[in-house]
Amino acid sequence: MTDAPKPLGGNGNGPKSAYFLSHADQEIERRTLAVLVDNEPGVLARVVGLFSGRGYNIDSLTVAEVDSSQHRSRITIVTQGTAHILEQIEAQLLRIVPVAEVIDITNSKTGIERELALVKVAGTGEKRVEALRIAEIFRAHVIDTTNESFIFEVTGASEKLTQFVDLMRPLGLVEVSRTGVLSIKRGKEKG
Amino acid sequence: MTTRTKAKPAAETAAPRMMTGAQIVVEALREQGVSVMFGYPGGAVLPIYDALYGQDAIRHILVRHEQGAGHAAEGYARSTGKCGVALVTSGPGATNMVTPITDALMDSIPMVVITGQVPTHLIGTDAFQECDTTGITRSCAKHNYLVTDVTQLARIMHEAFYVATSGRPGPVVVDIPKDIQFATGPYVGKEGITKPTYVPQRIPKTDAIKAAADLMTKAWRPIFYTGGGVINSGPRASEKLRELQELTGFPVTSTLMGLGAFPASHPDWLGMLGMHGSFEANNAMHDCDLMICVGARFDDRVTGRIDAFSPKSKKIHIDIDASSINKIVRVDVPVVADCAEALDALITEIKALKRKMPDLTPWRDQIDTWRARRCFTYANSAEVIKPQYAVERLYALTKDRKTYITTEVGQHQMWAAQFYHFEEPNRWMTSGGLGTMGYGLPAAVGVQAAHPEALVIDIAGEASIQMMMQELSTAVQHKLPVKVFILNNEWMGMVRQWQELLHGERYSHSYSESLPDFVMLAKALGGHGIRCDKPDELDAKILEMIDHPGPVLFDCRVERAENCLPMIPSGSAHNQMILGEITGNEVGEAGRKLV
Repeated sequence: MTDAPKPLGGNGNGPKSAYFLSHADQEIERRTLAVLVDNEPGVLARVVGLFSGRGYNIDSLTVAEVDSSQHRSRITIVTQGTAHILEQIEAQLLRIVPVAEVIDITNSKTGIERELALVKVAGTGEKRVEALRIAEIFRAHVIDTTNESFIFEVTGASEKLTQFVDLMRPLGLVEVSRTGVLSIKRGKEKG
Repeated sequence: MTTRTKAKPAAETAAPRMMTGAQIVVEALREQGVSVMFGYPGGAVLPIYDALYGQDAIRHILVRHEQGAGHAAEGYARSTGKCGVALVTSGPGATNMVTPITDALMDSIPMVVITGQVPTHLIGTDAFQECDTTGITRSCAKHNYLVTDVTQLARIMHEAFYVATSGRPGPVVVDIPKDIQFATGPYVGKEGITKPTYVPQRIPKTDAIKAAADLMTKAWRPIFYTGGGVINSGPRASEKLRELQELTGFPVTSTLMGLGAFPASHPDWLGMLGMHGSFEANNAMHDCDLMICVGARFDDRVTGRIDAFSPKSKKIHIDIDASSINKIVRVDVPVVADCAEALDALITEIKALKRKMPDLTPWRDQIDTWRARRCFTYANSAEVIKPQYAVERLYALTKDRKTYITTEVGQHQMWAAQFYHFEEPNRWMTSGGLGTMGYGLPAAVGVQAAHPEALVIDIAGEASIQMMMQELSTAVQHKLPVKVFILNNEWMGMVRQWQELLHGERYSHSYSESLPDFVMLAKALGGHGIRCDKPDELDAKILEMIDHPGPVLFDCRVERAENCLPMIPSGSAHNQMILGEITGNEVGEAGRKLV
């Protein structure tokens, strides 16, 4: 009984052999999943209900139809959990009848994640100038302005957005709206 | 397009048959081979009931409560392997179906539930008998549909059957507003219905089978741990299990749901495992070096304390649902496949290996020492009927007939599993995952509707039976001669047992107060009542029950304080079973908080 079985299920969506998983591994990881679904009524509720019903976390969620001819929607979910829970989340998502595919963006070498934020900052004088200067560094666009305020549009990785918001706080931050993470893979291949 | 329909020859596609939504529903049921369905009419399904009127392809069994329709459909499905069908109205009709839908999801029973809905223009207005059926059943059904366009109705009906019966089977709800039932649309057949996002993996991967066969041909202390998946996969899976067992000689245990897949009379059968399973099965699971889990899901009633579960074994897990694998117990070789296909591939692979397998004699000897404890022994009595004795006699007097057993939930269910023995699949219907009291009688109605000539017995408790008592009237109306064998100990026995074990014998609200006179109740409902409280009269009265041509309520008065043993108390491991008497000190603080 010493013969170790070969690693299994590495391809496709099959579960990985737990033989090589560390059983002591209880570290919480953050993961971005792209879920491709048939855009039929209730599909978002199914996905979200799975997370609440089984006690999983959703840190952010974005959804929109991406292929109207095939009625395909893309849901990007940022979640966290132990390796074991994350494996369950993927498997449970694939059980949902209108879910076509689940892509692990975080563990893909070619995954790209982007988020967009609208940030309202109010102030005058030196603080107003400083806000504009920082916005330039972050390549944020001014999309609305009054004599006492700006609205910046800034895109990038979530950490960059958080950093931008933190810098704006002492300069008169009023309100933030973020889209949640979007994801896609580099290269010519789909998915 | 979520689904494509294959192009048909021009002659056939030229003029699609136009019919009303209600007619489409009935035509789709007919084409799907549905011969019996269970239901209860109401305002929002009247058009479908109208379409059922005067046709004789589908037999409709009118129940007394919608929950009964659902459990009857489950019983029908489990005993035939076909899809069960229930038809109920909107609002309370749909909410009364929530329990059977959840029950079918937990036990992977194929079922299509058709619910009426208020007309489309009233949806969302809190109309009379409106409820958000798809919202309510989203988390308890495998899939559900709200039909908003009559042109999609036929496709959705066929898709519902495909989803319910393929992969890991389960309940599918089709919610049809009343205006859609009246509207006219085209009928399409079931040919070519596919669901591209839903493709169950039936055939195992070769490398997984090779790894599994390698472990199996080198194991010294192997065990098959089989479950309801073997039954759900169809009779071929049970045949393949028996073939693979014959090839390997490995001992076999099974979950509650899997009883009958392997014959109980076989010398390598260990009995059921788990909380009230056999001493030999649980100890063999604990000490094995290779566990082959086939269509089971490591339920907490089976594993006991998870960190002490079978610590020395490698584990192979065959399941058609990938999410079942590594969910609770980490396994070494996952095999995502239909049970029959995987077992067949294993047989071929092991034969091809032509390997000399280890001698299992020491392992068999060890198992025999566990067997010698005779864990199901009980102190019989000449004065009072012991519940174990009642099931033993019931088994002895019915085993040579074509008998189907259903149960409610509680002590009687476990005694039935321990003392009634099954040789074939599909003969045992019980609510395993959800543990629904009230399941047994309506399930028996469904089984009897599928097998009119068979002997169908619901082994019940006096508390459970009162939850769906009214369905005896259904059995009388439809001439379904089900037998209800009540082990009446005047207690919610399992609750009482847990209170003895965990709560210092403080029996809070577990006494069955104000019991009905079951003999008179049977008469009132149009059936036959029998009471027995003496062991020496039991056989004659069981025979009287069997020989009676109609439904029977058998009030079997049994020992009141009998505990269901052996037992793995909550939070304990497989090798820590209570065999003799409960002392009240078996469960620690952590175990007390478990269910």
